[in-house]
Parts: sequence; C-alpha cells; structure tokens
Amino acid sequence: MTRRARLALFALAGPAFAAVLVIGLHGLPTFGDYHGVYGLLVNRIEPRLRHATDIVTALNFDIRAFDTLGEEFILFTSVSGVALLLRRLRVADEHAERSRGTEDHRFAGASAGVRMSSLLLIPLLIALGGYVVLHGALTPGGGFQGGVVMAAGPLAVLVAGRYLIMKHLAPEWLLEAADSAGAAGYVLMGVGGLIFTGVLLKNFLPLGTPGELLSAGMMPLNSIAVGLEVTGAFLLVWTEFLDQALITTGGEEG
Amino acid sequence: MSALQTTALIAVVAAGTAVVLTPEALRQTMVLGIFGLTLTILFFTFQAPDVALSEIVVSGVGLPLIILAALRKIRSQERDRQAEERDS
Repeated sequence: MTRRARLALFALAGPAFAAVLVIGLHGLPTFGDYHGVYGLLVNRIEPRLRHATDIVTALNFDIRAFDTLGEEFILFTSVSGVALLLRRLRVADEHAERSRGTEDHRFAGASAGVRMSSLLLIPLLIALGGYVVLHGALTPGGGFQGGVVMAAGPLAVLVAGRYLIMKHLAPEWLLEAADSAGAAGYVLMGVGGLIFTGVLLKNFLPLGTPGELLSAGMMPLNSIAVGLEVTGAFLLVWTEFLDQALITTGGEEG
Repeated sequence: MSALQTTALIAVVAAGTAVVLTPEALRQTMVLGIFGLTLTILFFTFQAPDVALSEIVVSGVGLPLIILAALRKIRSQERDRQAEERDS
C-alpha cells in the first residue's frame, strides 16, 4: 500500500474511531459514582464470615478461590514452558560453543557501594516479602505480591555483579521445588476443603480472632502456598533468561 | 477527583507516551520502568495498594530484567554474525 492510500484509510478510520470513543465515554458513569452491589456486599459479609480484614485477599482465596487455582496453574504452566524451551536452546548452545563460554560472570562496574547496598537489600527484601505474604489476610498484600518481593531478594546478588553466587544461593532445583510445592500446596488445601466440608477450596480451619496473624482460616496457608510458588516461578524465569544472556554467550566482555 | 489523582493520571499519560516515543530498545526499557512507577502511584492514589505492590515489583524488576537479558542475547548474536562475516 502506498503512503497516500494509507493516509486516506486513516482519514476515514481515525474520525470514525474517535466518534465511537467519544460516544462510548459519554455513556460512562461519572467519576467515583459506584453502583455495584457486589463490592458493598463482599465488604460487609467477608469480615464476618471469614474474619479477614483485607477483602482483596479474601476475594482471591475465599470467594474466588477457584479463579486463583486457575491463575496458579497459568503461572506454573508458563514458567514450565519457558524453562523447557530455554533449556533446550542452552543445550544446543553449549555443544556449539563450549570452548567460548566462561563460567564466571562479573560486572566491571559494580562498585563497593553497589555491592554493599545490595548486601543490605537481600535480607530487607526477603523480610519484607515474608511479611507481606504472612499478613495477606490482614493488610494489603498477599501471596503474589510478597512472593515477587521475596524473589527480588536473591536478585540483589546479581546487581552486585555475582550471578554465579546468586545461582548458588537460589539453585534451580530449589526454585523448581518451591514452584511445584506451592502449586501442589494450594491444590491440597482445596482438596482438604472437599474432604472436610464437602466443597472444593472451602475453608475448613478455625477462623481465629480478626486482626491476629493466625486468623481468617485457610487464608494465611493459601497465601504461603502462593507466595512459595510465585517466588520460585519468578526466580526460575529470571535464572533461565540470565543463563541465556550471561553464561553461554557472555564470554569475552563478562 | 483529588489533585493527587489528577496528577497521577497526567503522569501516567506522559510516561506512557514517552515509552512509545523512545527510539532505542535499551533506553525504552528504562522509560518502561518509570512508566511502571507512575502506574504504581496511580493505583496507590486510587486506593488499590494490592495492585500497586504487584505493579512496582513486576514493572520495576521483573519485566526489565527479562527484556535486558533478551537484548543482551540478541546483541551478542549479532556481534557473532558480524565477526563471522568479517572473517570469511
């Protein structure tokens, strides 16, 4: 298509699209105008029903627990796919260029200050991540959010320019185990609901006092399972990508 | 809408446009991280701290890291190909 034909097409399609957009936006409710019934209902019943104070977590692990089960396995499957593909590539690469790849990776630019602050970051990130995971049912956060923060902890070693030490700290077998144990743990909790209450994923643990760490029934355990899976999954994907970028081809400049 | 929310919305529009207009992939990754930060502030000002927490780590660490690793791999492959062409 020539430039003129493309411009002519845009001259037709652009205003039409803009018109549809303006008409559509015109029909929207005004800002802050909330007509939902569901949200208000959930906000009212969930603290009473499950003793959870963070309704977002209560939604994820109680009211829509089955959706979360699906999301768990979306993450699990995609991470397995990435690992499967990239490991195959890596094997091919290693055969072709075994002599060139070096096993030691150091950034030339990682100063003492960067290394020092990353050393400080590791415990802080892991502690914060663990806190967010454990307090999922109480305050904003939960398994996914805390899991990603925790996964960033070992990554601070990479920022300090010591990728192989990061791999030592979080070896692949450990990440795989965390990923699978988290996914399996969530399923087992669900099956527990099926056994003890007759409903898949339904709460079967005592509810406890609202606001305390061990309250809201299964939610802290669900949160830990999801946190474990997410930590393992993210670190595994990062490791696979970094292996590709840093080890098999990053020989000469390191 | 409060002034904070309006400011956050404008920042998201500006940063999102900046991501599209940045020409080079490496720099674009950095701008993408800043875009994620403005989105985080947006979620936070609209009282969705759960989403803000996820957004800050995924857009600040998770996504850029994967893009940077992929970029490095692509570039080293290109360098290898050029070296081979020079040799032959």
